[in-house]
Amino acid sequence: MLKLISVRLVAILVGLGFAVAVLWAFVIGAYNAATEEPAGHLPYEKPMDLSWSFDGPFGKWDQQQLQRGLKVYDEVCAACHSLKFVAFRDLEQLGYTEGQVKAYAAAKQVPGIDPNTGEATTRPGLPTDYFPSPYPNNVAAAAANNNAIPPDLSLMTKARGDGTNYVASLLMGYGPPSAELLEEHPEAAPGPGLHHNPYFPNLNLAMAAPLNAGQVTFDDGTEATVEQMSKDVAAFLTWTAEPTLVKRKQTGWPVMIFLLFATVLAYMSKKQIWAAVKPKK
Amino acid sequence: MSFPWARQYEPKNPVSKFFDEKLPLPRLVYNAVGAGYPVPRNLSYFWNFGVLAGFFLVVQIVTGVVLAMHYAGNAQVAFASTEHIMRDVNWGWLMRYAHANGASFFFIVVYLHIFRGLFYSSYKAPREMIWLLGVVIFLLMMATAFMGYVLPWGQMSFWGAKVITGLFGAIPIVGEPIQVWLLGGFAPDNAALNRFFSLHFLLPFVIAGVVILHIWALHIPGSSNPTGVEVKQESDTVPFHPYYTAKDGFGLGIALLAYFALVFFLPNALGHPDNYIEANPLSTPAHIVPEWYFWPFYAILRAFTVDFFFVPAKLMGVIAMFASILLWFFLPWLDKSPVRSGHYRPTFRKFFWFGLIPAMVVLFICGGAPAEEPYVMMSQIATAYYFLHFLVILPIISSSEKTEPLPYSITEAVLGSDKKPVLGENTTPAV
Amino acid sequence: MADTTATATPDMATSDDGIRRRDFLDIAAVSAAGIGGLAVVYPLVTQMAPSKDVLAASSTEVDVSAIEPGQAIKAVFRKQPLFVKRLTAEEIAAAERDDNAALRDPQTLADRTKEGHGDILVTMGVCTHLGCVPLGAAEGEVKGEYGGYFCPCHGSHYDTAGRIRKGPAPTNLEVPEYEFTSDTVIQVG
Repeated sequence: MLKLISVRLVAILVGLGFAVAVLWAFVIGAYNAATEEPAGHLPYEKPMDLSWSFDGPFGKWDQQQLQRGLKVYDEVCAACHSLKFVAFRDLEQLGYTEGQVKAYAAAKQVPGIDPNTGEATTRPGLPTDYFPSPYPNNVAAAAANNNAIPPDLSLMTKARGDGTNYVASLLMGYGPPSAELLEEHPEAAPGPGLHHNPYFPNLNLAMAAPLNAGQVTFDDGTEATVEQMSKDVAAFLTWTAEPTLVKRKQTGWPVMIFLLFATVLAYMSKKQIWAAVKPKK
Repeated sequence: MSFPWARQYEPKNPVSKFFDEKLPLPRLVYNAVGAGYPVPRNLSYFWNFGVLAGFFLVVQIVTGVVLAMHYAGNAQVAFASTEHIMRDVNWGWLMRYAHANGASFFFIVVYLHIFRGLFYSSYKAPREMIWLLGVVIFLLMMATAFMGYVLPWGQMSFWGAKVITGLFGAIPIVGEPIQVWLLGGFAPDNAALNRFFSLHFLLPFVIAGVVILHIWALHIPGSSNPTGVEVKQESDTVPFHPYYTAKDGFGLGIALLAYFALVFFLPNALGHPDNYIEANPLSTPAHIVPEWYFWPFYAILRAFTVDFFFVPAKLMGVIAMFASILLWFFLPWLDKSPVRSGHYRPTFRKFFWFGLIPAMVVLFICGGAPAEEPYVMMSQIATAYYFLHFLVILPIISSSEKTEPLPYSITEAVLGSDKKPVLGENTTPAV
Repeated sequence: MADTTATATPDMATSDDGIRRRDFLDIAAVSAAGIGGLAVVYPLVTQMAPSKDVLAASSTEVDVSAIEPGQAIKAVFRKQPLFVKRLTAEEIAAAERDDNAALRDPQTLADRTKEGHGDILVTMGVCTHLGCVPLGAAEGEVKGEYGGYFCPCHGSHYDTAGRIRKGPAPTNLEVPEYEFTSDTVIQVG
């Protein structure tokens, strides 16, 4: 009994100690909050809520769109951004034939070794090769881009919140900062080598607006507006980030339906078994 | 131990007779989760989460062993090998999403299991050892989950490893050498990744071992129940099988529906986008957060923002974070109330629903929010309440509160009356 | 123990109909669980089969123009050695002489080469006994009693056409599927 009392006495003292310590921090924090100007955030915008063919539990890829997106990546983004987790062979999922993929890969130069001298060289790509990086290494990438290394795009739409919308919004969002913004946040003015974009968390990014209307000629005749190209490349990058996305959702349905069925059975079975011992109403 | 009226295992055919003589495993199962284990007949659905926790431990071990067949624990290729699993391995994406969300579900069911233990004071005598082992399991789970989150070697993996091992750096004098020793370097790299992989593979089996002890300890006094009144007679119990196997089967169905809805349709909802960026030791993400199941404890860690006399803020936060869980070890001796169930403890119930639960919610929200006002101040109030609740309020109210009348027996609680003649040999002493 | 059940569940409905319905439900529920468990086995088993990148990397191109008669080169096909050998006139003659000999795995040299390229012998460098790499492809290696390949692990002798002649190996060195994509380039797989 004595021991129990002492355990609880110690506990009460320890508890009060923690509470006093943290409330002391609270008092100081509250005093600081009351006397100091809070550090404001730059007001950046949430990505636009666009609609995508692969949205929702029944979503599917729009292969035409992915093919257009590939073309945008190929002719615009690939100049600076790698796509290192995607292999040429994966492009068959976009509806290309084996021969088309082979030809596409062969048109790319990938790092190789000269079979006679062993020196590093380049060779035409094979379907098993991965998209080559535009720079041999990070140092070269930094040197060519004013120290801002262009990130790999393979996983970009998963590496940002609401990624598909974010990528599309960012690409469409370039433009000079508004006068009101600059008045309220003079620090938001783009510095040298930076470009204003309301969707980028600190409003200024090193990448200049990459897309211009008509820059790409789509094979299916779609007009290459900035909006069209932005959406198409965002859709393509959603596919590169998760090629199994549609398969995942399609696998999910039979699993859910089966589980629902099994759970209903389990419920009825449980009810039957318990009926015997439940009090009669 | 079991109740005298527990059914006895009877091997029916030569094969089961052979086993019963040489290796009575069927008998063990029969007595543990079969018809030979009498369980209070009034358990609510809150008693499902023990079995569910065991189920998700198995899910984690199975999917984890599969993932380890494809994962490479080397800082050069760990991130790429994770993507290899997602893209190229047959069903690899399913295995990885099942494992990542399985961890979340393991924590969800364990938190509900703990919640039930706290509300119904399942930690009280004679079940102290079950509770203590449960806290050990929870600590092991936290260590395992933390190390597992490091393995994909994304930005959150790397910086999580750095920050959490940095906690040990708060210990005076020996802290920094310990941190360097833990990491096998000055920052997380190959050495740290590899040992985390090794331990992440090992610890689940340690957890499984402690789970067996937990269940063993449970079978000594038998399960508690929502009234907190001990089993007195046979009519208070039903055999575990088929009654609770059926009920657990239904509960499992519901849990799996929620789990697979997440795995197949929102697999990254509980994760953080930054972990899809490969680890970069030279650039910290703008806002480091642990996985959601650590948020309340992370909030306690960050609540201590100023030095307290001679204790630096950093050390104070680390001590408080560990203390917030370690204090659970003392609960059986802090709560002195003769009544277990929160249903019959009006004062306890008020503090539980209007104090502890809101404080936990606030800590959860603040732990996931950036370290800025008002979150820090909110977390400080909630942290103060958290410690006061367990260490001050609970000891005081448990000895002073006037409890409500308990039913005579479980049978009475269920049927409204208990008029059965109580046979001497079929009773255990009333508690 | 029926009597204890009866005490525990005194009001159990025991009509025939009730019992049957209950049994049916239990069996259905347990079967559903069993089916679910079996379905889970499928991905758990197939995850061990070759992944997409491994399957994709299963063709190899070899340029045979630089191989001198009597020489062989080792290429890699499906992560295994591939022997590409240009036979000398004597080797061809020796192989053809034995086309009708008593062979463990009867095949003629013509069966094992492509028409018009009778001097190019393409085989896997994998002994059909237990998978060691036979000697004889590189300069100066032992070629065995029949002048082709010799596996040092358990002493299998292959002749100049890569046919098993002596030792424990059951079949000839495997000739993988390949074709000449030009006069000098073969594509394996």
